[in-house]
Amino acid sequence: MPYKLVCGLEVHAELKTKSKMFCSCKNDPFGAKEPNLYTCPVCLGMPGALPVANRKAIEWTIKLGLALHCQINLFSKFDRKNYFYADLPKGYQISQYDIPFCHDGYLDTSEGRVGIHRIHLEEDTAKLSHQEIDLDDNGELEKATLIDFNRSSVPLVEIVTEPDIISATQAKEYGQKLRQIMRYLDIANCDMEKGGMRLEANISLRREGKNELPDYKVECKNINSFKFLEAAINFEVDRQTTILQNGEQPVQETRGYNSTTGKTFPQRSKEDAADYRYFPDPDLPPIEFTAEEIETIRKEIPELPAEKTARFINEYKLNEKSAKNLAINMEQALFFEKILKEAKKENLDSQKLINNLLNGKIKFGFDEETSSIISKFKTVSSSENIDGKELQLAIDKVLNAEEDAVAKYKAGKTVVTGFLIGCVMKELGKKADVIQVKQQLVATLS
Amino acid sequence: MSVNNTQVKHIAQLANIPVTEEESIDLADDFTETLKIVDQLKKTEVKKTEITHQVTGFKNVFREDIVKEEQSFTQEEALANAKATYKGYFVVPYILQNKDN
Amino acid sequence: MKLNELTLKESIDALDKKKITLEEIYKDLDQVCQAKNEELNIYLSINSKALAEAKKASKKPLRGLPIAVKDNFCTKGIVTTASSKVLDGFIPQYESTVTERLKASGGVIYGKTNMDAWAHGSSTETSDYGRTLNPRNPNHLPGGSSGGSAAAIAADFAVAAIGSETAGSIRQPAAWCGAVGFKPTYGRVSRFGVIAMASSTDSPGPIAKTVEDACILLNAFAGPDEKDGTSNKEKSPDFTSFLGQSIKGMKIGVIYQDVKEIKETNQKLLKELEILKELGATVEIVQAMDPHQAIGVYTVVQRAEVSSNLARYDGIRYGGDRSNFGDEAKRRIMLGTFTLTKGYADRYYNLAQKVRTLYLNDYKELFKKYDVLVSPTSPSFAKEVGASFSSPMFGELEDMLLEASSITGLPGINVPFYRDEKTNLYLGANFIAPMWREDLVIKVADAFEKNTKWNSWRNK
Repeated sequence: MPYKLVCGLEVHAELKTKSKMFCSCKNDPFGAKEPNLYTCPVCLGMPGALPVANRKAIEWTIKLGLALHCQINLFSKFDRKNYFYADLPKGYQISQYDIPFCHDGYLDTSEGRVGIHRIHLEEDTAKLSHQEIDLDDNGELEKATLIDFNRSSVPLVEIVTEPDIISATQAKEYGQKLRQIMRYLDIANCDMEKGGMRLEANISLRREGKNELPDYKVECKNINSFKFLEAAINFEVDRQTTILQNGEQPVQETRGYNSTTGKTFPQRSKEDAADYRYFPDPDLPPIEFTAEEIETIRKEIPELPAEKTARFINEYKLNEKSAKNLAINMEQALFFEKILKEAKKENLDSQKLINNLLNGKIKFGFDEETSSIISKFKTVSSSENIDGKELQLAIDKVLNAEEDAVAKYKAGKTVVTGFLIGCVMKELGKKADVIQVKQQLVATLS
Repeated sequence: MSVNNTQVKHIAQLANIPVTEEESIDLADDFTETLKIVDQLKKTEVKKTEITHQVTGFKNVFREDIVKEEQSFTQEEALANAKATYKGYFVVPYILQNKDN
Repeated sequence: MKLNELTLKESIDALDKKKITLEEIYKDLDQVCQAKNEELNIYLSINSKALAEAKKASKKPLRGLPIAVKDNFCTKGIVTTASSKVLDGFIPQYESTVTERLKASGGVIYGKTNMDAWAHGSSTETSDYGRTLNPRNPNHLPGGSSGGSAAAIAADFAVAAIGSETAGSIRQPAAWCGAVGFKPTYGRVSRFGVIAMASSTDSPGPIAKTVEDACILLNAFAGPDEKDGTSNKEKSPDFTSFLGQSIKGMKIGVIYQDVKEIKETNQKLLKELEILKELGATVEIVQAMDPHQAIGVYTVVQRAEVSSNLARYDGIRYGGDRSNFGDEAKRRIMLGTFTLTKGYADRYYNLAQKVRTLYLNDYKELFKKYDVLVSPTSPSFAKEVGASFSSPMFGELEDMLLEASSITGLPGINVPFYRDEKTNLYLGANFIAPMWREDLVIKVADAFEKNTKWNSWRNK
């Protein structure tokens, strides 16, 4: 393909603090039974109301920045982003403009490193929904917009990447890894169905071999799953390729994604950044951290997925796939590590143990004691502990006897493998591990 | 500097203030007069001067992450002054365009 | 004499000595308000439950006495409009910290006073509910934006009053009405629930009949507030403890004597300041940074912050829509928006904030040599009705002598220093001190007031 993808992602994640960002209202917009239950003068933008910053939200933002290898701005502040919209009660959003808490970090994926341009903290807006209601009590239904401020001023962390993403699969991997890290840090639930994590992709193409950034970008919004993210990017790449091949340049615009049709569609022109008239919020004194305070926060960061996976591979001699699987989330990792530690102590085959647990051969519960699981494994293993030599003898004998089947196997009809395994099992005369048998049989045959 | 009424209309849009054509002309004159006085600022030497955004010098003013129900409204209080409400929501005429979030 | 004409201190003392009762005070007060409020237009609304509330508060520090409150303080259950049609009928479901503390101290909100709409002015003539007249001379204006509160004092429509200042709005109307206006240090009093004008300078404070009264009232509501991130976390002192103290050895600098437009006012002030020398202070003329530049700083910073602070008034959650804004509000919002736009922010907003630093530095230097600085509060006497429409910059020009101390957050007190026999109009002196040094201005202002004859309550 003559064109290469140039893509950057903007992710917004709601932090799971107990209270909102600038007031002491409950932070639970999704769980509220009714609209406008968790509001106060501050998050409703009433006259004379004043914001006071949630310390925890700030610490968690810095924690995230450190986990993503960012530089932390020791001096920082909140700025007002001024614009008008029905979901913005003050007519401005308290955000960060030129001195975000974190900047210049990275997240590694299997397709390369994705640079993190900046991470900043801001407040969420209210939620709009559109319904037909009887506005004037005259029996006629009219289209109206309903506003719920339960979500207003919930802390929102915004992570912006450099335009380093080169494929739709990498974008998906980045998003998944970012979510995993935030869950590991226990700072956000990132439930996309609940709006806890929102994705935006900036997509453009440049000619193969060129290094300059293209002078347009298309912003794609309304993407609420990783699957859709992949699909949207792929669609855009095709769409933009066609335009470029026609000798034209794609319009710089904002597009939405329609999951039913699998297509993006224009939403409105992306003005070259509306004039938000940013200025430092005079109601919020600036923030200044010491290097020691940052280190204290850094020490609170648990072992993250990448490190944990690598350590599982080294310390417990697991393969990458298993290690990744175990490290999928913190609770699971902690649970399995207890078992692995015990297995290591007793010199058991950890990989085999894990395989048996993950493929369902050994049934267990996440509330089960380590000792119980270990003993289950031992039971299963002992009945299957076939000496390699003994197994080889049995295999050789079977292969000699079943020339027909062997010939069929060599001709590509691998379906006879099952039959051969059965013969070997019979020959062995005792309960054997099918997988072990199969492995050695196939190895012998090739 | 002087300001013309086209600029005034653009500002009015940014500021979400409805202005008539006539008002925009009057306002342009007012602005020009105000800016005359403000432009005197330019005479001051500020090359090595820092910006002061806050005079108190306070830093690091935070809230702990605690829910304080006594500072919150009931749904009724929240809606008490709205012109239009519906089943606990604030209501506005249907907004056609979708913006950022 | 009517009981509403007593000072706050006199009222407290008389009540304690059982010489008078609350009912008697409220009776006299109600009478005078009913007779003259329509003409003077001081109160936008009067609290019908005032006496009932007073009786319940009679044992508290403020004894249930009637206080006039500027209509930009959100008072729970009481209509609050900031004198703007946009907030016509708005009933806050929450209380400002100042009025909450006032009530806890036993003060009763007698009524909400008129002001320039959104505090945008220095005349109270730009209220959407009609102008207030100056009780000292009803052909003249009371000043603003806390003109209603200052007039309430001059007309004895309350025992004390609460106002707010962004740049002159407490001290200037106090000067025009011959009253005491005390603007505390920025951050000394919580802004929570005060309808915001310029967030970085707004300071609520007392307007009262004497410096002593102002201190008693300030004690009731000053101090740290967790709901206001810019309020000082340190506890406030007892402001009354600084009254009646000797000013011997204090160094007082007289500034703005070089401002040509106010030559006459300056001369009068200099003469009156002699008394401070007799009391043992040194009084010297000293030059401060040209106050004309402060006009530019204040104009830009205030309008920028205003344009943002007034963005919340969209009629959705409360109030009417934005077409209800008066002309002055529209002008300020739009100019503020303009000074923040791309291409102009550097030229105006950032530049203004740099010049602000220069004023901070200038005061720092001056306060190395002087304890207190003084100048006239206002260029001249209260202007005539209609004067505010003469220029879109009327307010800023009238407040020129106060803007520098406002944008730098300094504490300042206005006390009357002259009265014109013919017009019955007053001139006021503005004493200022470094941030958090209310003690210094209280000492000097109190000494000046007690040793001169200009306070109309001390010199009946």
